[in-house]
Amino acid sequence: MNDISVILSSAIRLTAPLAFAGAGEYVAERGGSLIISIEGMMLSGAFFGILGSSVFGNPVLGLMCGVLGGLAVAMLHANLSYRLDANTFVVGLTLNILALGMTSFLLETIDMTPHRAGQVTVPLLHDIPIIGEPLFVNRWTIYLLLLAVPLSWLVVQRTRWGLELRACGEDPQAADVTGIDVNKRRREGVYWLGLMAGLGGACLSVAQVGLFNQNMTAGRGFIVNAAVIFGGWRLAGVIAGCFLFGFADALRLALPAVGYTIQPQLLIVAPYVAALLALCFFAKRNRRPEALARPFVRGIT
Amino acid sequence: MEEPAGSETLLAKVAGTTTRTSRRNRLLANIALYVVAMALALAVSSVLIVAATEAAPFDVFHAMYEGSLSRPSAIGLTLDRAMPILIVAVGGIIATRAAMFNIGLEGQLMVGGLVGAVVALKLGLPAGAALPLTLVASAVGGALWAGIASLLRFWRGVDVVISTLLLNFVAIEVLSFALNKSWLLQETSSNTQKLPQSDRLEPAYQITRIGEQPGFSVSTGIFLAVILAGVVMFALARTRWGFRLKMLGMNPNAARAAGVSMAAVGGGALVMSGAFAGLAGGVVFAGTAFRIQPGYSANIGNDGLLCALIARRNVAATLPVAFFFGAMRAGGGFLAATGVPRYLVDVVQPLLVLAALLPPAVLFLWDRRQALRLARSEADSHDEPALIGAAA
Repeated sequence: MNDISVILSSAIRLTAPLAFAGAGEYVAERGGSLIISIEGMMLSGAFFGILGSSVFGNPVLGLMCGVLGGLAVAMLHANLSYRLDANTFVVGLTLNILALGMTSFLLETIDMTPHRAGQVTVPLLHDIPIIGEPLFVNRWTIYLLLLAVPLSWLVVQRTRWGLELRACGEDPQAADVTGIDVNKRRREGVYWLGLMAGLGGACLSVAQVGLFNQNMTAGRGFIVNAAVIFGGWRLAGVIAGCFLFGFADALRLALPAVGYTIQPQLLIVAPYVAALLALCFFAKRNRRPEALARPFVRGIT
Repeated sequence: MEEPAGSETLLAKVAGTTTRTSRRNRLLANIALYVVAMALALAVSSVLIVAATEAAPFDVFHAMYEGSLSRPSAIGLTLDRAMPILIVAVGGIIATRAAMFNIGLEGQLMVGGLVGAVVALKLGLPAGAALPLTLVASAVGGALWAGIASLLRFWRGVDVVISTLLLNFVAIEVLSFALNKSWLLQETSSNTQKLPQSDRLEPAYQITRIGEQPGFSVSTGIFLAVILAGVVMFALARTRWGFRLKMLGMNPNAARAAGVSMAAVGGGALVMSGAFAGLAGGVVFAGTAFRIQPGYSANIGNDGLLCALIARRNVAATLPVAFFFGAMRAGGGFLAATGVPRYLVDVVQPLLVLAALLPPAVLFLWDRRQALRLARSEADSHDEPALIGAAA
């Protein structure tokens, strides 16, 4: 394997958890809910993934536990914000602290013997030079992306539910008048995010690292928020944004080893600045959902 | 982000809370809800403590009380912890009043403290002039950082929530950059392996403290924080500027029609909240931490934001909330010394915050139900079914 292959491999591994959660946050934000508790969902997914794999002795069941762990945080958030009308940022910040505290606390008090997801090599294709190894030799969980991402797109763009969800994100008052239960749709969008973010977190812990560390997501959830902004609220853009962040991270890790010196801070900051610049200069193309982060209360315009 | 501020009064009127008995019932319901919610949070925490450790829940809560409120010295520590949170929260309220949703307070705090540290450590100012200049520089640093978001908002129409969110991460890297460059802030120790942290601030340059450990001892910064809260409270309630902010927050269209400049007043509020956050960073640096390290902001900015949001546009309410956050931080530190995993505090604190969110939310739902019922009964008597949709 040459250097480029190594960097690409690591970039794809770093991108995968982001991409799962990115697909989920895309769904939630199209419904108008700006959720900053992705970090908590991913962390919870990562922890319960490992816990499940250690209790059941099976990485598949572990992954499912991780998905449920993410969903649990999402259900808390959705019901507090879109049933009880609590400010979504308060809930998000609080749930992030709660997930971090809870997983750190439980980690110290539970002994776990995790089981790691296996590696698969796609025959023939992995021989392709440069991109063969990065794309076709991976822990199998990564290939769930091929299901999760198209499904997220399909659900939002090609179903009645998705149309209603987008209506809630653009003009909740109008959606309400046509008989859509706005807050219910938003809750469902957040549930989807919980499933996806939990899966992303579990993918990180069960497949890539093989164990759970305290605060192992280390801000990835917030990167997902930035990636959705970078992608201009389009799924292809969001996934590209996730890859950009993953790639920058891979470069930061790999470049010193290959002998290049570069400002690590500059590399890390570049995607964020790119997201800001994209917002400034492609404002027409990157249109955010009109009612993003605005709570919906019936009867108030 | 626009909060539906007028809705509560409207609903209150519909629900008939103007009579004295219903007002008393409402107060009782409020208190009951708070008690139930807090008890629930403590119960969940207790279950966790019993399930995961051998410690008795009472001992754990007692240890947290010991570390935060039991002795004069513990109260001093709580006040020290509450001081920057209060400053951030007061600034946060200025922004939320104008419906400028600044969630980048953490980043503004980081940058503020950083700029303050450069002034304090690198300019070689005389001890007397250094402290005020450090604090002013911190405030300016935070204001400039928030100013970027303000500029993007009024020049290119970039949403404030999004830009401030992104700028938080840029701030982390700016901090990391500065701490790794010897010509900026990295320590000037003689060790070959220099750590990514600044030099320690000399005692003469620090914010003075009142009292001596182990007795009551507190940083005088707390007085600055409380005075600022008082000034802002007055300015918001009694000045033209405060009225304009409120107008902008409640109805931007009406405000524009009345000649309130969105850019000047709204953008100004955003910059000012950044200045407060930056000042808090300076106070952390010169008052308690004395050294800039990668994680020195320690989530203080986010706690301040939480505090501002829980206080709901009301400056006076930030005082007890910030005190509560300070007590949780002080108690948590003490708890760690007793052998219980210190992460327990990070479970108890958010649970209590969530519990504090519940009562107003439940009351709001309750009012809406009542309004709906009232509207239905009126619709029945007047035979006007259209009212149901209008009031609900």
